Amino acid sequence: MKITNNVKMILPAIRGNEGFARAAVAAFCAPLSPTIEEINDVKTAVSEAVTNVIVHAYPNKEGECTIDVTIYDDDVVTVQIIDEGTGVKDIEEAKKPFYTTKSADEHSGMGFTIMEAFMDSLEVFSESGRGTSVIMRKKIGKNA
Amino acid sequence: MIFETDLSNGILRVSPMGELDVRSAPETRHYLDKLIDKGNFRELILDFRKVDFMDSTGIGVLLGRYKLLQKRGIPLSVSHLNDQIDKVFRVSGLYQIIKAVEK
Repeated sequence: MKITNNVKMILPAIRGNEGFARAAVAAFCAPLSPTIEEINDVKTAVSEAVTNVIVHAYPNKEGECTIDVTIYDDDVVTVQIIDEGTGVKDIEEAKKPFYTTKSADEHSGMGFTIMEAFMDSLEVFSESGRGTSVIMRKKIGKNA
Repeated sequence: MIFETDLSNGILRVSPMGELDVRSAPETRHYLDKLIDKGNFRELILDFRKVDFMDSTGIGVLLGRYKLLQKRGIPLSVSHLNDQIDKVFRVSGLYQIIKAVEK
């Protein structure tokens, strides 16, 4: 697989940037001619991953969210969402539906479930105090 | 987020406009809770025809309002979900709790 295009964005992890992030990633994928459903799937998954960074990664401090999008020549897009925040203590637990550390704030705990359902694959790497990296892949466009 | 409301025959229809995510969740929650506090209706329908996008933050907002309304014996339903929001409802199982109506 050869890389045909790549973009890297670094955004402050603040409320509102999830909207920019999902729109920017969707626009970047447009040359692949995705269906409306495919592009909505990518937007939704990106929104979930970036929201996780905004809500969880940097308690009581400011931080950044890196979004790295790569398009390969077999029409696979990978989206990597990286933070250097607090880390996810138990990834398997965090992936369970309705699991949230912030139920008092009405967070649904469905973020990872939606990322898994809307993309072809999801990988999560995290280290306590060092940060979290979420890598999602999806084949899109006419050959998907 | 801008909201349109219509109250007729005890049915309150609220139509938010925009995208329901972590940015708009606090104001949506606040707006709906003020209406629920007034309590001058017997049924609430959230009309999504002008909502372009919702992620799991929206699920949290809806479940929170559902619980508040349940305590008062007031049913909550949704209408006119676009395909993206319909998929979020299906994948999350939210339809098992909040029904979609087309009225």
